[in-house]
Amino acid sequence: MIGFFIRYRRQALVTLALAGLWGIFALAAPTAFTNARIYRSFMSTIPVTLILTLGMTLLVILGEMDLSFPSVSAAAAFVFAFLHAKIGCPPAAAMALALASGAAMGLFNGFLVVKVGVPSIIATIGTQFFWRGLILLLADGLAIALSSIRGHWLHSLFVGRFGPWEIPAQALWGLAVAIVLGLILNRHPFGDAILFVGDNRKTAEMMGIPVDRVRMTTFTLMGFLAAFAGLLATLELNNWWPTQGEGYMLLVFAAVFVGGTSAYGGQGTIYGSFVGAILIGIIEAGIVSAGLVGFWTRFIHGLVIILSVSAYAGMARWRPHG
Amino acid sequence: MEPAVTLRGITKSFGPIQALSGIDLDLEQGEVLALLGDNGAGKSTLVKILSGLHVPDSGTMTLDGKLVDWRRYDVARARKMGVETVYQERSLGEKQPLWRNVFVGRHLRNAFGLINVRREKEETMKLLSDVLGFRGVGIHPEARVAGLSGGERQGLAIARAMYFDAAIIVLDEPTTALGVTEAGKVLSFVERLRGEGHSCLFVSHELHHVHRIADRFALMERGRIATILKKSEISLKELAARLLLGGERKR
Repeated sequence: MIGFFIRYRRQALVTLALAGLWGIFALAAPTAFTNARIYRSFMSTIPVTLILTLGMTLLVILGEMDLSFPSVSAAAAFVFAFLHAKIGCPPAAAMALALASGAAMGLFNGFLVVKVGVPSIIATIGTQFFWRGLILLLADGLAIALSSIRGHWLHSLFVGRFGPWEIPAQALWGLAVAIVLGLILNRHPFGDAILFVGDNRKTAEMMGIPVDRVRMTTFTLMGFLAAFAGLLATLELNNWWPTQGEGYMLLVFAAVFVGGTSAYGGQGTIYGSFVGAILIGIIEAGIVSAGLVGFWTRFIHGLVIILSVSAYAGMARWRPHG
Repeated sequence: MEPAVTLRGITKSFGPIQALSGIDLDLEQGEVLALLGDNGAGKSTLVKILSGLHVPDSGTMTLDGKLVDWRRYDVARARKMGVETVYQERSLGEKQPLWRNVFVGRHLRNAFGLINVRREKEETMKLLSDVLGFRGVGIHPEARVAGLSGGERQGLAIARAMYFDAAIIVLDEPTTALGVTEAGKVLSFVERLRGEGHSCLFVSHELHHVHRIADRFALMERGRIATILKKSEISLKELAARLLLGGERKR
C-alpha cells in the first residue's frame, strides 16, 4: 500500500491537488458546485484543453514540444469551415480533410525538427506564426458562421448531449482519447519507444528503436489531435474565428506540467495530464462562481503551477527506490 | 564446427578516413575473444557493424554459417540473428523501470497486441533474483535503472542477452567505467556466459581484465587485425608490451 503511493506519488499529488481545489471552490460557492450545470459546462469546455494536453504530453515525454498547436487547431478548423460553409462540401468529407490537414501540419513540424534539424521550440514558433498568418490572409480576418451544421448527425456525434444527464459528447471523446493514448504509452511498443527516445536518444538508437520515425509520428499525432480539438471547439460554438485557439497555449503547458510530466523527457503519465487538464480547467469557473473577479484566474493558475512543479522537483530529488 | 562469426574483408570509411581496411576475423563457438587496440584502431567501428548500427562498405559476415544480407541488417535484425551488444554505457534507459529495459523492442504481447506487463514484470523478477542474484530494497522490476550501480547495470544488460538466448554477445568496454569490485562482478558474468556456451567478443582497454578471461586476443592496428594470439602464447606483461610497441614499430 505504501509502496503503491510511493510509486504513484506524482499521480497522487495531482489528484489531491484537484480534490483540494474542488473542496475550496465547493466551500466558497456551494450553490454553483453542487449543481450539475457547472459540471456539464466543464464537460463541454475542458475536453478541448484535455485533448491538446494529452497530445502535448506525448511530445514532452519524447523530449520535444509543439508551440504551433493553437494555429494548427485554427487552421484545421478553417479547412473544415471553408470547405463546408464556402464550397458546400459535405460535413463528413470536410471533417476528414480537416483532420488530415492537421496531421499534415504536424508532419511538417516533424520534418523541420527531425529532417532539417531545427530544435522543436524554434521550428514550432515558426509554424505557429506561419499557419496563423496564412489563415488570417485566407479568411481576410473574418469569422465563418457554421449555423447550417447544427442538427447534422456529425454535430450530434461530436458535440451533442447524451443520456438523461445530457453529458456533452466531447467529454466522451476526451475520455476516449485519454484511454487510447494511455494504452499506447503504457502498453504498446510505440509508447515504449516514446519513453526511451525521451530518456536518451542515443540509447534508443542503440536498442534499435527507429528514433526519427517515432519523432515524426508523434509530431503528426499532435497535429491530428490539435485539429480534432479545433473541430470540437468550432462545432460547439457553430462558428470559426481567425484567432481561435490562442488562449490554449499556456493552459496546455500548465496542465502537462501540473500533471507531473518531466520537462526533461522520458517520464510522464496520461493520468497526470488528464487530472491536470481538469484542474486547470475548473479554476476560471470556480473563481468566478466563488464571487472573485476574473482577474484572479491567472494569479491562481500561476500559484497552482508554481506549487505543483516545486513539489515535483522536491520529489525528484527525494528518491527512495523507484 | 562453424565459427559463431566469420568476418571477411570488412572495410569501412567515413569520408576520407579509412576506419577499417580489410578485417578478417573468426569468433569461435563458445570462446571469449578479446579485441584490443589503441583509440582509433577501429574497434568501435567493428563493434557497430556487428551490432547493426553501421553497414560496411564491403566484405561479408556469416553468423553461425548464415551469410548476412547487409541491406536488411540493423539492430533489430542483429538481435533476431542472435547478436546482442552490451555497451560501456547507454545499454539501458536511465529513467525507465527495469522490466521495460529488459523487454524493449521485444515485448511479450497479449491477445490484443498490447504489452503483457504482468508477465514481463514476473520474468524480470526471475531474471533479477535467479539469474543475477540481486537482492535488496532497490531491486524490483518497477525500480529505475538510475538507482542501480554500474556493475548491476552491466549485469542486467548481460542477463537480458542471456534471457533472449543471444548466441553472440559483443561486450564493448563493459568494465571501463567501473570500480574494482563492480568490474569483478561483470567479469564473472562473462565467465558465466562462456560457461553456458555463448560466444563473446570482449572489447576493452583494461588488459588485466582481458587477460583474465579471454581465450584469444586480436590486436587491431589502424583498421586491420595485426595479430591473433592464444592465451597460452602470451603473458599479461608481454601483451601490454606488444600493445604499447605495436603501433610504434610500424611508424
